[in-house]
Amino acid sequence: MDNYNPANLLLLLVILFNFFLLGSSRLGACIRTVAIQGSILSLLPLFLHGFSGHSLFLAGGAFLLKGLAIPFLLLRAIRQVHIKREMEPLIGYVPTLLLGTLATAGAFIFSDRLPLIEAHRGSLFIPVGLATLATGFLMLITRRKAITQALGYLIFENGIFIFGMLLAEAMPLMVEAGVLLDLLVAVFVMGIVMHQINREFSSMNTGKLSSLRE
Amino acid sequence: MIVALLLLPLCGGLVAFCLPSDRFRPLLLPICGLAHLVLTFFVIQGVQAAPLPMAGNWIGVDAFSRLILLIVSLLFCGCSFYALGYLRYRIAWGNRIFVSCLLLFLSAMSLAAVARHLGLLWVAVEATTVASAPLIYYNRNRLSIEATWKYLILCSVGIALAMLGILFVAYAALAGGVHVSLHFDDILQGAASYSKPWLRAGFVFLLVGFGTKVGFAPLHTWKPDAYGEAPGLVGALLAGGLTSVAFLALLRTLQIMDAAGDGAMAREAFLAMGLISLAFAAVFVIRQPDFKRLLAYSSVEHMGILAIGVAIGGVATFGAMLHLMNNALTKGVLFLSAGNIHRRFASKRVGEVQGAITLVPISATLFLLGFLAITGSPPFGPFISEFTILRGIFNGGHYLTGTLFLFFLAVIFIGMGSTVLSVVFGKPPERKGDPDYRETIMTTGTPLILLLIILVLGLYLPEPARKIFADAAALLEVKP
Repeated sequence: MDNYNPANLLLLLVILFNFFLLGSSRLGACIRTVAIQGSILSLLPLFLHGFSGHSLFLAGGAFLLKGLAIPFLLLRAIRQVHIKREMEPLIGYVPTLLLGTLATAGAFIFSDRLPLIEAHRGSLFIPVGLATLATGFLMLITRRKAITQALGYLIFENGIFIFGMLLAEAMPLMVEAGVLLDLLVAVFVMGIVMHQINREFSSMNTGKLSSLRE
Repeated sequence: MIVALLLLPLCGGLVAFCLPSDRFRPLLLPICGLAHLVLTFFVIQGVQAAPLPMAGNWIGVDAFSRLILLIVSLLFCGCSFYALGYLRYRIAWGNRIFVSCLLLFLSAMSLAAVARHLGLLWVAVEATTVASAPLIYYNRNRLSIEATWKYLILCSVGIALAMLGILFVAYAALAGGVHVSLHFDDILQGAASYSKPWLRAGFVFLLVGFGTKVGFAPLHTWKPDAYGEAPGLVGALLAGGLTSVAFLALLRTLQIMDAAGDGAMAREAFLAMGLISLAFAAVFVIRQPDFKRLLAYSSVEHMGILAIGVAIGGVATFGAMLHLMNNALTKGVLFLSAGNIHRRFASKRVGEVQGAITLVPISATLFLLGFLAITGSPPFGPFISEFTILRGIFNGGHYLTGTLFLFFLAVIFIGMGSTVLSVVFGKPPERKGDPDYRETIMTTGTPLILLLIILVLGLYLPEPARKIFADAAALLEVKP
């Protein structure tokens, strides 16, 4: 793969956004960043596979859902419940940023050792995919607000999307469409649940969801 | 025919959403449930042992699909009649979302059972998660919302890991220089030349991903909460139907590993998962103060038993297939009768629920018999299947596994027993709960029939039924 491929530039942007997400406490900005990240990812199929029907559909569908519909749902959710900031992460912002950096470095080192096929050697897709997966996991584990956990899940899905780009021919349109639709409905249901959490507990802290335990 | 099986509950769900009347909407459930059961019988009858590919190899029925379809359809049909009684009792709550989601849930489970494409299977399993989340939230209180959120996040992330596993399997094909396809039949054909490291990595992710949905320990943490807070009817469908469907996804994974000649490694992983699940269940059932959470740990235990049965192979595989059915139906008995007891006492804490046998005699008896059945007492079905698995373990010379298996089962029997007995017997507390609640044939009929089925399965296995289990087990035999 050509190292000067514009796709690589996009992937580097994705990594920058990962760091921004780990370090920011403003929820609105986080949601918009995830939206931009999703939109950038939706361009990848066009660079990687040219303007075929399949890649156009995939790019369009991913842009509509990851870039517009899902962020819209989440922004509406935080507007309804009047919250702006993630107040008390379990681990502070600086330590999560450090962990994110370590994970990203690890992803690059690790993907050098993977038994990749010749065409993918040295490509940025796999390390960036792994780093994004790790970022999503960190968000899921370290944040307490329901909405940041949902964002973590979305970032995680973005990581899988990057990895899936390498295998676009194995994934028929039907399945891609189904995956995106499932994602949308899952976020929709999560949005409703968040609203209910807020109504019941007057906050969206999942830390308060702790009555069920042994 | 198969397409009708999927579209029927889907259309039913849409109709349920549009119908304005809370009183008549639940009637759709038994109508769809019965029609689904009839269609399932036709599908099972019409198909021989060979898979029947349909719609461009996307869906088709093989021996696994027949078994899972039968389990899901039987359980759902039973639960749909119970739902009539339950929803009449809870008429003030409204049931538009509940009924629609139940039917969509059935559709998604059926799709997962017949999918012959890994991507489609994934979509279907994820669809079961989103369709069942609103069901868990039916009681609309703080505890149920906590359970729903945990269920949604854990299962979604788990399933996302499974997606990663599927991509790894596809990459294994790419790295092995074989035609890349996620059609199940293509994978089975080409698996032998797949790149081993990628395939193994894919297997691990699939095991963890679908294992979260199955509820293997230590990935089971959503289970006690979701089963505890959901209505009994939903608990029955989750513990009997959903886990069976997710286990089917794991069986498909195992089939792929077998085809790649890597079955031994996969079976070791299954065995480890199974034993860990048994151990966790044994620790948590002891002195468990909440009888619905108790059932959740029993579900963890039985998923462990299934995994062990499949891992040992031989006659134990047949036992595991049989146990899939027995576990699902017995869980139906337990959750439905536990739901009745819960409603009468308006509590599920052991201290507050005592002497159920004097207040709700039929449900309490069913609960007690269900407990005896699930812990493997003769003459019920689970005794036969657990005994078959145990025979397979000792025949295979796995003495350590066998001993641990027996030890954990004994601990769980004692642990469950003390809780169940104190719920059923003793002196009922004064003026607690809902004294107007009466058992009706609507709410006790279904668990009674399910109990009769597992009793029959324990006493005598009719030949057509035996063939379904044997065919399913044959799919997992390693071919030389």
